[in-house]
Amino acid sequence: MTKLDVTEPPPTDTGRRAGSAPSGKPPNGGWRLTLNRLDLKGSPYLYIAPFFILFGIFGAYPIIYTIWLSATNRSPLRAETEFVGFDNFITLLGDDRFWGSVINTLGIFVIATVPQLVLALMLANWLNRQMRGMGFFRMAIAVPIVTSTAVVALIFGMFFARDYGLVNYLLETIGLDRVDWRASQGHSWLAIASMVDWRWTGYNALIYLAAMQAIPKDLYESAELDGASRGRQFWTITIPLLQPTIIFTVIISTIGGLQLFVEPLMFTSGSGALRGGSTGQFQTMNMYLVQTLRDFHEWGRAGAIALLLILLTVVVSAINYWLIRRISSDK
Amino acid sequence: MAVLAVGGLLGAAACGNDDSDSGSSGDNGDITLVIDVFGEQGFGYDALYAQFEEEHGVTIQERGRGLGVGDYDDRLFQQIIAGEGAGDVVALEDGTIPLYYAQLERFVNLADHGLDARQADFPDWKWDKGVVDDFVLGLGTDVGSMALCYRGDLFEEAGLPGDRDEVSALYDSWEDFLEVGRDFAAAGTDASFLDAATNFFNAVSLDIAGGSSGYTYFDLDDNLDVDNPDLRTTWDLTIEMIESDLSANLNTFSDEWNAGIQQSQFAAVACPAWLAGVIQGGADGAVEPGLWDIADAPGSGGNWGGSWLAVPAETDHPELAAELVNFLSSPEAHIVAFEELGNLPSTLEGLASEEVQESTNEYFSDAPAGAIFAAGVEEFRAVHFGPQHEAVRAEFEGALQAVEQGEMTPDEAWEAATSNAQLAAGG
Repeated sequence: MTKLDVTEPPPTDTGRRAGSAPSGKPPNGGWRLTLNRLDLKGSPYLYIAPFFILFGIFGAYPIIYTIWLSATNRSPLRAETEFVGFDNFITLLGDDRFWGSVINTLGIFVIATVPQLVLALMLANWLNRQMRGMGFFRMAIAVPIVTSTAVVALIFGMFFARDYGLVNYLLETIGLDRVDWRASQGHSWLAIASMVDWRWTGYNALIYLAAMQAIPKDLYESAELDGASRGRQFWTITIPLLQPTIIFTVIISTIGGLQLFVEPLMFTSGSGALRGGSTGQFQTMNMYLVQTLRDFHEWGRAGAIALLLILLTVVVSAINYWLIRRISSDK
Repeated sequence: MAVLAVGGLLGAAACGNDDSDSGSSGDNGDITLVIDVFGEQGFGYDALYAQFEEEHGVTIQERGRGLGVGDYDDRLFQQIIAGEGAGDVVALEDGTIPLYYAQLERFVNLADHGLDARQADFPDWKWDKGVVDDFVLGLGTDVGSMALCYRGDLFEEAGLPGDRDEVSALYDSWEDFLEVGRDFAAAGTDASFLDAATNFFNAVSLDIAGGSSGYTYFDLDDNLDVDNPDLRTTWDLTIEMIESDLSANLNTFSDEWNAGIQQSQFAAVACPAWLAGVIQGGADGAVEPGLWDIADAPGSGGNWGGSWLAVPAETDHPELAAELVNFLSSPEAHIVAFEELGNLPSTLEGLASEEVQESTNEYFSDAPAGAIFAAGVEEFRAVHFGPQHEAVRAEFEGALQAVEQGEMTPDEAWEAATSNAQLAAGG
């Protein structure tokens, strides 16, 4: 292959027409032109079509179906499905259990996510140094991610068992009273938040670490020349430059946190797990959704819960986005 | 979802061949019949499958062993209303069978296959629960007749008699039984008298309702009736039990409940026939045979649990499936299952058989378990359940647990249980 070949413009219809057939139509010229135009205009749509087709089937259709469902009283126990307008939403607004599940979801989210992200940031900052054996530590924080959520929940469920659990044993060893972790709201939230943190802190730390490594080293070097301490460098260089990454992790954690399901579900073994504790102390919105769908067989009301959950996720994400932008641009 | 998908695939694969149904001719080529059961040990049918396969030239595939009834039924209900994925024969449980009364068009009427002729084999109450008008939905497997499972050694430690006849003589009614419990608690041993409020509540509610209104949460027209005086009586007795400090406050069938058995945390359990096997399984070798024993239930007994076998309409082999139901619910098959797992037969002939009447349970101090559980099964009065029975029951169980945990006062708990019951019942 010669250099000329490379620099030669790709053979297009116009090129060929100029070269081989200066006058008159090339053979098949009109056909080719149409194809070419179709290719230029149509191909991009074809390339992105798979996403939109899949999104249509797995994203848009379920959402539209859910919106329709939430306006009906559809249930496998009723022969006829009737249109009920906003009745399902009105029922939910007057339902203590629903509000309980909203409070539980937000409560567990806050006490799990805030320490988790702060801890992840600190871990990442620490791992972002040149030290012997750092590769091992960087790998080690990723280990919890690969364990199954169900296994994590089972093991933590045993830690927090009332009569024979490890945590209560330790509490008694240091002279404190044992705690019935599943009975009270605050204690059950703490136990569940600890599972979430154990599993996801490393994940977020890895994301932060990747972003930190992309920060130019000379920024730190010049800061050091100016006599800035490590802490000062962290707050004035690392945090502002990490802002987009922090926003990303906050949004992802918000979506994940508000959809919390497996950890609180597995926290109860035996009967009544979907209920999330005797009075729903740790029943999240997702658990109440599934209970309404599968135990109460009220599909319409379950659809309404799903829509309210989406709404809540959007609102909380927006608030968090605004908060993080403010906090990190203040610094 | 993954489980569902796999279940659906298996079902589709199993029903995939279109061989014509040649009934009982004995040569059915490569037909596979799928049967869905539940429970840690399944239904104890292995030997029976082999016999049926031999006689009919089919293959039987069992699914669901190891699955709790709640998980099993969530899946089955979805498969039934979707009309796809359920087995050729499915088990329906006592608490959940009312859910399927409104789905009759999705099942095969077993009367069309002549199984209405089996009515005389069963006690009326058991037969009636599997039949809607003239539609024979299912034929009975086991029944959950009640007794008291207790620890003779712990009773003696608390100064009570340990012998099963003397224990049975201690009480006639549930009030007497609570009195015995207070004596037990007063002795100050390490153990609690009972395992949990929920088991006590369920046992008492079925006994009291059977002897009185005939229903628990839903009246005979399937309307939720939380003002049923029987329900209130049961509730008050259970609250009295909790306030007398007789409960170990364990969530039934949880890991902690099993640990409670292994650590001898409680001395007695209100005990349907199938629960004896669950207790032995939960002890997992940690409590040696001969410590647990079986005495008569307080009150008049009553029934908790038991199943029926039904044939979904989607099956490709209704004739063969009905025949399998007929075979597995015969008195002989009931006896085989009883000897295998201790599930009490629901056929009169099975109940009266020598094998059941003279059986003893080695783990439960050689108690004559068959005779104790079988006593009175015929005389039970049916207790009517509404379609949402299980969901409403769960709300009452939760409220009682909250009282046990000290999270709610009895009045708050009653308020919560009754208002949540409305939601669970479709209010």
